[in-house]
Amino acid sequence: MTVAALFEPLMIALILTNLALLVTSRTGVLIRLMALQGAILAFAPLFPPAGVPTHLALLCLAVFAIKAVAFPRLLSRTLRRIDADSRIEPYLGEGLSAAAGIGGLLFSLWLEGRLPVPPGLFAPLLFPAALTTIFTGLILVVTRKNALTQVIGYLAAENGIFLFGAPLSRQGSAWLELSILLDVFVGVFVMGIAIHHINKTFESIDVGRFCTLRD
Amino acid sequence: MAAMFLPRILAALVLAPLLFAVINRVKAIFAGRQGKRLSQPYRDLLKLARKGAVYSRTTTWIFKAGPVVSLAAIAAALALVPLGHLGGTAGFTGDFILAVYLLALARAAVVLAALDTGSSFEGMGASREAAFSALAEPALFLCFLVLAASTHGSTLDAVLRGTALSPTEPELALVPITLFIVLLAENSRIPVDDPNTHLELTMIHEVMVLDHSGPDLAFIQYGAALKLWLFCAVLTGAALPPLFGNPWLDFAASVAGVFACAALVGVVESVMARLRLPRVPKLLALACACAAIALILTLWR
Repeated sequence: MTVAALFEPLMIALILTNLALLVTSRTGVLIRLMALQGAILAFAPLFPPAGVPTHLALLCLAVFAIKAVAFPRLLSRTLRRIDADSRIEPYLGEGLSAAAGIGGLLFSLWLEGRLPVPPGLFAPLLFPAALTTIFTGLILVVTRKNALTQVIGYLAAENGIFLFGAPLSRQGSAWLELSILLDVFVGVFVMGIAIHHINKTFESIDVGRFCTLRD
Repeated sequence: MAAMFLPRILAALVLAPLLFAVINRVKAIFAGRQGKRLSQPYRDLLKLARKGAVYSRTTTWIFKAGPVVSLAAIAAALALVPLGHLGGTAGFTGDFILAVYLLALARAAVVLAALDTGSSFEGMGASREAAFSALAEPALFLCFLVLAASTHGSTLDAVLRGTALSPTEPELALVPITLFIVLLAENSRIPVDDPNTHLELTMIHEVMVLDHSGPDLAFIQYGAALKLWLFCAVLTGAALPPLFGNPWLDFAASVAGVFACAALVGVVESVMARLRLPRVPKLLALACACAAIALILTLWR
């Protein structure tokens, strides 16, 4: 089995982490799944493995450091600090979310056949895996009430977008990816602070309680 | 055909109770105990077979028929499942549908027998067993569909060719995982059910068979052993390709694979607690989702 043949198992693992994100209700497990997804993504730009330029290796290292180490630590720290109520019921249950995720996968596979993508741009399974990851992020943002889960959804959607850019990173877009990574890092940092404030004001991180706001 | 059929079915009929002994031995090793003798399940069956049966006045012929129908249906299903690429199965199109529904018939017989006792307690167990198996069945069918789509076969013999761990089709690796979850659920093992529990609020399968005694209970326990063998054989058939090229060596490897599955069940039972009842449907739904993803990706390829 060549190294290049590892790409498809990697993409299937990514699709499975999406499914796991959709069926998990515990925030701690979600954060660990997020770290796993980040670690998988860090390897994606390395395919095909022949002739990896230095800036690309740097990008992969940065992705691993931020998505697989920094974000999970930041989110776990927030989770520990706010002493969150773990019983925030989502708008859509885990079963239906998983069904929606599978629907997203079906749609991505259908769309891949319809889009006029230059042949050979996307490795097999990259397009559906990336689009499914974006859908997973959207489903998490829309159907969950827990503010931390919504941040994880935002990160999942960003992961999908990053994966779309991965095949282009050899043509010099790696610097662009790095700057986006910095933006996302700042974004998550700000969201952590925002979650602290939400928790302080509403005594919960249930965004459903925003409806109780009055003038 | 008979030459190939006999060793497969004889191995199942003779060695099936040994699977329980293997599971118990693995659990004992994990717990630092010596464990029961490997022959204990056989001794239990013999002891039960020698005893007389006690029947409540509430029960009818359904209660007596339950264990017999169940054992016969499971044995018939077992005859359809290949082992070790030896051939010798009836092998007609869609035989896996018959195999799955024979298992459903076996379950229905035990469920009816449990309801026939008129005990609300057994009715509760029957309801849980029926509900969980209804969720496990789609996962099992989806697994067969994935294998059928990938091998272009329509019989169990053509489908269970050990293709599930091929590196060229990584999505097929989800099939053994799903099959293992279905195995645990269908055979009432931890984390779905605990075969050793007698805590009435959490019992599922064991509560249904509380009123059976003597030879009837022996039939049910032997049927459970055959069912465990059947699922281990399906799992081995899906995951273990022909290794040696010699049918008899491959058969021996598959029998070893069946016992390896039992050992794996023992490991799972040793390292996991059982799930809370409301979480069991989620586990089975996850199994269905895994199989569905495997099917989608197989069809896409």
